[in-house]
Amino acid sequence: MIVSRKPLSLAERFYLPAVANGFKVTWRHFRRTVFEGKTAAGETAGGFHPEVPWKVEPGYRGAPYLVRDQEGHTKCVSCQLCEFICPPKAIRITPPGPDGQAADRKNAEKMPRDFEINMLRCIFCGLCQEVCPEEAIFLQKDYSLSGGSREEMIYNKERLLALGGTHSGTQKWKHKLEEAKAQEAFPVKTP
Amino acid sequence: MTDLLFIVFAGLALLCGFLTVANPFTRSPVASALFLVLTMVWLSGLFVLLHAFFIAAVQILVYAGAVMVLFLFVIMMLDLREEERRQWNRFGVAAGLIAVAGLLGITVLTVVRSGISGETEATLEGTTPLLGTALFTQYLLPFEIVSVVLLVAMVGVILLSKRELK
Amino acid sequence: MDWTFLIFTLVKIAVVFAVVMTMVAYAVLVERKVSAFIQDRVGPNRAAPFFARYIPFLGPRLVRWGIFQPVADALKAILKEDYTPAHVRKVYFWIAPAIAMVPALLTLAVIPFGSQIGSQKMVIADLDVGILYTFGIVSLGVYGIVLAGYAANSKYPFLGGIRSSAQMISYEISMGLSVIPVFLLVGSLNLSDVIGNQSGSLLNWHVVKQPLAFFIFLIAAFAETNRLPFDLPEAETELVGGYHTEYSSMKFALFFLGEYAAMISVSAMMVTLFLGGWTLPFLGLDQPAATIGMGLVHILIFLMKLCFLLLIIIWVRWMLPRFRYDQLMDLGWRRFIPVALANIILTAAVLAFVRS
Ligand code: SF4
Ligand code: SF4
Repeated sequence: MIVSRKPLSLAERFYLPAVANGFKVTWRHFRRTVFEGKTAAGETAGGFHPEVPWKVEPGYRGAPYLVRDQEGHTKCVSCQLCEFICPPKAIRITPPGPDGQAADRKNAEKMPRDFEINMLRCIFCGLCQEVCPEEAIFLQKDYSLSGGSREEMIYNKERLLALGGTHSGTQKWKHKLEEAKAQEAFPVKTP
Repeated sequence: MTDLLFIVFAGLALLCGFLTVANPFTRSPVASALFLVLTMVWLSGLFVLLHAFFIAAVQILVYAGAVMVLFLFVIMMLDLREEERRQWNRFGVAAGLIAVAGLLGITVLTVVRSGISGETEATLEGTTPLLGTALFTQYLLPFEIVSVVLLVAMVGVILLSKRELK
Repeated sequence: MDWTFLIFTLVKIAVVFAVVMTMVAYAVLVERKVSAFIQDRVGPNRAAPFFARYIPFLGPRLVRWGIFQPVADALKAILKEDYTPAHVRKVYFWIAPAIAMVPALLTLAVIPFGSQIGSQKMVIADLDVGILYTFGIVSLGVYGIVLAGYAANSKYPFLGGIRSSAQMISYEISMGLSVIPVFLLVGSLNLSDVIGNQSGSLLNWHVVKQPLAFFIFLIAAFAETNRLPFDLPEAETELVGGYHTEYSSMKFALFFLGEYAAMISVSAMMVTLFLGGWTLPFLGLDQPAATIGMGLVHILIFLMKLCFLLLIIIWVRWMLPRFRYDQLMDLGWRRFIPVALANIILTAAVLAFVRS
């Protein structure tokens, strides 16, 4: 359906109602903040950022860290997909090579010798998490990273794994199994 | 003091004018346009020395502030690389020389015929009301003719740029 | 050329420069505070030099009001890395910020910011063509932006530069046309005469006599200073940062300060043209000052009117969304220019009728 626009009146063509309403809204907020001392942070969190930590909502995209599986093994298989997709080229992976260290878990051929994320370059876009076939990298809740030098902001594999922790909730092979089982039943259940 | 300033302004105007047409460092049209702006600014300095403040201000306002901005606007849209590669073109040089010579001739002829001596004092003293009165009494006809010519030019440009008229 | 004249002029220039730069710094602070209040935040309230703790009572309050923030901002701008991208056109890249800053300051030379102190008139240059001079200088302001856009040699800044040149030329026309009725009323282009014409009563202020001219001028001023709702040359959401995308550190700060300096000079022009300059129509405040104290009071009045206009400009930024480009051009060419022309003809007709 095409909704025809209603013709604007003269005042509207000079933007007068828009200006009046804009002033009304901004003045309401200005008055609330200045004379009643109400601020958004004060209302919702009861204080301001450094003193009262900000409550991170679920689904927030903070810094990307590597995670371990439920048995404490490295999930990353050094496939380097994340390295390729990362828009600002923040990730650098050193693969183990033909006779490097083997993976520390079953179902995997290898794991990275080193895995570096330059947090100064990372834009927290989440593409690495999305592309990872092993669910090994997740954007977590850290949003305020700081360091004294540029080198310090390049996180290596140990650091990333330590910060990432284990994610027993996200077990790819178990999910795959469940998915396969679900597809055997008919009609297919969609989650 | 005034003589010194005259020499400074006139020299800078000539220098910038020269750099507008023949800049040894770059052939970029943008540089030319900017030097033309500077020429305008120094010219308006010369007008100030003649106590013609109105004309000085208008010189900056109209030429430096509006006309040259439009020039820049157009130049920046062009393909500058091609412009920089362009070679001398004999016909262009000849036509340019003839045009300049013609303009110079007309100017010199007018000045000589009018019989102004080199020592004339500014008669209008630059005050705006006097200038306005002169324009609208003594020079009313030329003034109106010029405005009509400009109007015609404007209409023509609009016609040309709007090819498919309904 | 006598020496006292030279010395007094230099002193006036120095004082005006210092005052304007301070005002620029604090205009930025006010901008941040007002925006914060309108958006339910508190704004800068942390910058605290070491001695703030030792000032009883006032110290913490000054910190909370962000009084020290401009100092921190300035230090940050100076200490940041001044980065020149490899692909820029170096010469233009270097001169553009300076060109952006200068016109705004030059405009202030002809503004009468007070009556007189002693025998000195409180204006740097009392030109007979004052307003034409200001328009001339303001029209040069566009070069800084256009050159910055061209120098950056990349798409977004270039688009910003192009937009700004078209926008500024368009709105210069309506701005210029809008003040002509004022000069028809005054009969002179000298800004001191304009103020003299507005003394006596509130009804003599040109904002009362020529409200239409005032509003057109005000709106054109937004466009000329690239402020929201007409900040298309910068347009963060579409052009990243517009013409100053490639700039960093002090060069960026110059653009930033230039914008605020332009706001101040445009407001000063509006105060002079429409709001009676340094006069107030009661207590004899509309006559040139006899004592030094009165002279200072006049300057204070001027500054207060100036701050009021600055506050309006700042507030509007947080009130209205950015215009679309065609809306901007439409408003300039098809609404304001005809209205301004009609205003001129009307004023001229009324004046001719009254005077005959
Ligand atoms: S979040 Fe985006 S930018 Fe950061 S590492 Fe992952 S892909 Fe790269
Ligand atoms: S984190 Fe994921 S995408 Fe990146 S190399 Fe490891 S397994 Fe591949």
